[in-house]
Amino acid sequence: MSATLPFPPFGQRHLLGIARLQPHEIEQLIDLAEAEVAVSRRRDKKKSTLKGRTQINLFFEASTRTQASFELAGKRLGADVMNMAVANSSVKKGETLIDTAMTLNAMQPDILIVRHHSAGAVALLAQKVACSVVNAGDGAHEHPTQALLDALTIRRHKGRIARLTVTICGDVLHSRVARSNILLLNALGARVRVVAPATLLPNGIESMGVEVYRRMEDGLKDADVVMMLRLQRERMEGSFVPSVREYFRYFGLDAAKLRHARPDALVMHPGPMNRGVEIASEIADGPQSVIEEQVEMGVAVRMAVMSALIGGPEASA
Amino acid sequence: MSVAAPTLIEHVRIIDPARSLDAVGTVVIVDGHIVAAGTDALNQGAPDGAEIIDGRGLLLVPGLVDARVFIGEPGGEHRETIASASAAAAAGGVTSILTMPDTNPVVDEVAIAEFVMRTARDTAVVNVFPAAALTRGLKGKEMSEIGLLTGAGVRAFTDGRHTIADPVLLRRIMTYARDFDALVMHETQDAALTGNGVMNEGLLASWLGLPGAPAEAEIIPLERDLRLAALTGCRYHAAKLSLGESADVMRRAKQRGITATAGVSINHLSLNENDIGEYRTFFRLSPPLRREEDRAAMVEALADGTIDIIVSSHDPQDADGKRRPFAEAESGAIGLETLLPAALRLHHSGAVPLSRIVEAVTAAPAKLLGLDRGTLAPGSVADMALVDLEAPFLFSEDRIRSRSKNTAFENARFQGQVLRTFVAGRTVFSESDRSGG
Repeated sequence: MSATLPFPPFGQRHLLGIARLQPHEIEQLIDLAEAEVAVSRRRDKKKSTLKGRTQINLFFEASTRTQASFELAGKRLGADVMNMAVANSSVKKGETLIDTAMTLNAMQPDILIVRHHSAGAVALLAQKVACSVVNAGDGAHEHPTQALLDALTIRRHKGRIARLTVTICGDVLHSRVARSNILLLNALGARVRVVAPATLLPNGIESMGVEVYRRMEDGLKDADVVMMLRLQRERMEGSFVPSVREYFRYFGLDAAKLRHARPDALVMHPGPMNRGVEIASEIADGPQSVIEEQVEMGVAVRMAVMSALIGGPEASA
Repeated sequence: MSVAAPTLIEHVRIIDPARSLDAVGTVVIVDGHIVAAGTDALNQGAPDGAEIIDGRGLLLVPGLVDARVFIGEPGGEHRETIASASAAAAAGGVTSILTMPDTNPVVDEVAIAEFVMRTARDTAVVNVFPAAALTRGLKGKEMSEIGLLTGAGVRAFTDGRHTIADPVLLRRIMTYARDFDALVMHETQDAALTGNGVMNEGLLASWLGLPGAPAEAEIIPLERDLRLAALTGCRYHAAKLSLGESADVMRRAKQRGITATAGVSINHLSLNENDIGEYRTFFRLSPPLRREEDRAAMVEALADGTIDIIVSSHDPQDADGKRRPFAEAESGAIGLETLLPAALRLHHSGAVPLSRIVEAVTAAPAKLLGLDRGTLAPGSVADMALVDLEAPFLFSEDRIRSRSKNTAFENARFQGQVLRTFVAGRTVFSESDRSGG
């Protein structure tokens, strides 16, 4: 509205998933994030966009990286940030989720950053509070800021998302990162492939806007971007795949398999990595890897998201 | 109110599937029994002092018999008591309910069954028939006292929500039950194959990031059970089917002459997985809501008689159990008050003939349970529901008589309202009293 704002106001109160965003809203968030990258590279990293605002990080599932990223993003924007360590306390059970939401709501926060082990839990909580809510990962459903930071990373290297071939490899079945990325990449016109053993693919995957491959060599052929997913330890020893060594042999990213992708293909991983399980160390640390840059972009994206949601001028009416 | 006054209902459309009757006529009730019901009912004249009801434009059917009702008494009275379930039943035109043994303690011995019967006698306005557990404590390990329980008046045996995993035990139970002519009602959901699945396995569950329950988790135990039923010759009833493929399996079994019957919940005739939308926990059911093709196939199977009965699968859950993330919420929905209105949608849409719908909620379940109910034949107990087939209404929360409000038909618009419910000739529910307070 105001001509002094660099971007039009963001049209949503919460960020619960990529599925609820229009392509232009996704672009808007990535553009905003692009502008925030420089802030973190300055000597003085402090802005005043969220000065006086209160941000509460509510993580029902332990997470060092994402929580730190949101905390840093909030602090760089000038917000007062509080971490609720619910993962190890009495309020980690689902039955008290609503009560927790009510309690926190009474403390008048401006934004809640929520991670929960159950799909849909963050949206449920968002219905019960008066402030903005950001989904920092809900079960196997969505992890929208991860998809946004991945898109920002890709765009900075490739200049665009549209028409790129992006191959997502690994445990798609349990991955909220994969779902959010499939949605976002499709919305922006990329061609998305998945490669995984069938036990790690969700039912109906072929109707989710992806091409399904069983062999890494085929799925990686001429890919512009390779996204590796983390395989949880409890799933690697007989329940979903027979063994770590067999998984690495067929689905781990090593130099030989990566040669099938384009020579300038980016290698990405949302972290934390299992070196020698889904990705070889030499690849994770190699010239095509942008894994560390993803972490940096994470802070920028989270700054952009929080600015868009609550950084505007105070509503007058 | 101890003895009901004689009642005469005139010019009413009477559907009595047990007699293949669908005609406009008169019903005469004296001493709680039907003296006459049909076109020639007035041959004997109106009884003295009778209340005369003008039934013009209305429908009279036998009171509904609901063969799958979960209650909370004993042990979960905050969810539902026998009295509150009975009030909900009456408001839905349901005059007989078969209560599931999934209580605390479990209805697995005579004393507990007698407690339910006694409490019902003292507090309920409809007929309550407790089903007893097939296995002690619903644990699927040791068979319950089928003979003694039958002797105490138990009409059906079921492990309620549970499916007996051990085929050897199930075979022995069926073999033993046959000698007592006991009805074995069984839920057919393989717990291991269902795993942590909370909705129908498929694209929708995949996008929502929810673990899915595959169709095979229902079909495999159903096929196993039907083979064991054929082997043992017991009276077998598949409690609650939800898949087109299950209907096919059932159809073939009946063609082979196996003495088996099947039920479907009104939810699986009315709703599909899309109703879950964004994690609406009132639609978390077991078996889960399936694809639209499956719903349509269940309707077809009801129409052609492959599915014998419709149940409400009334399953009260309190707010604490439902106000949770979808995968952590309790499953189940209440249904006594919406069973008939929701079933009448199938009539209004032309999907199933009205007489077949009425049969599936009256005569068929009564026959299955060996009850002398579900008919308006002269001499029968006057359990009846007077219905306005066309009256529209909104099923808003303030109408709900059940102690729990977890309906899958929240604010649904229905056409077809129960105006008055009679049990043994006495009025146990009247829509006109609702507005009058």
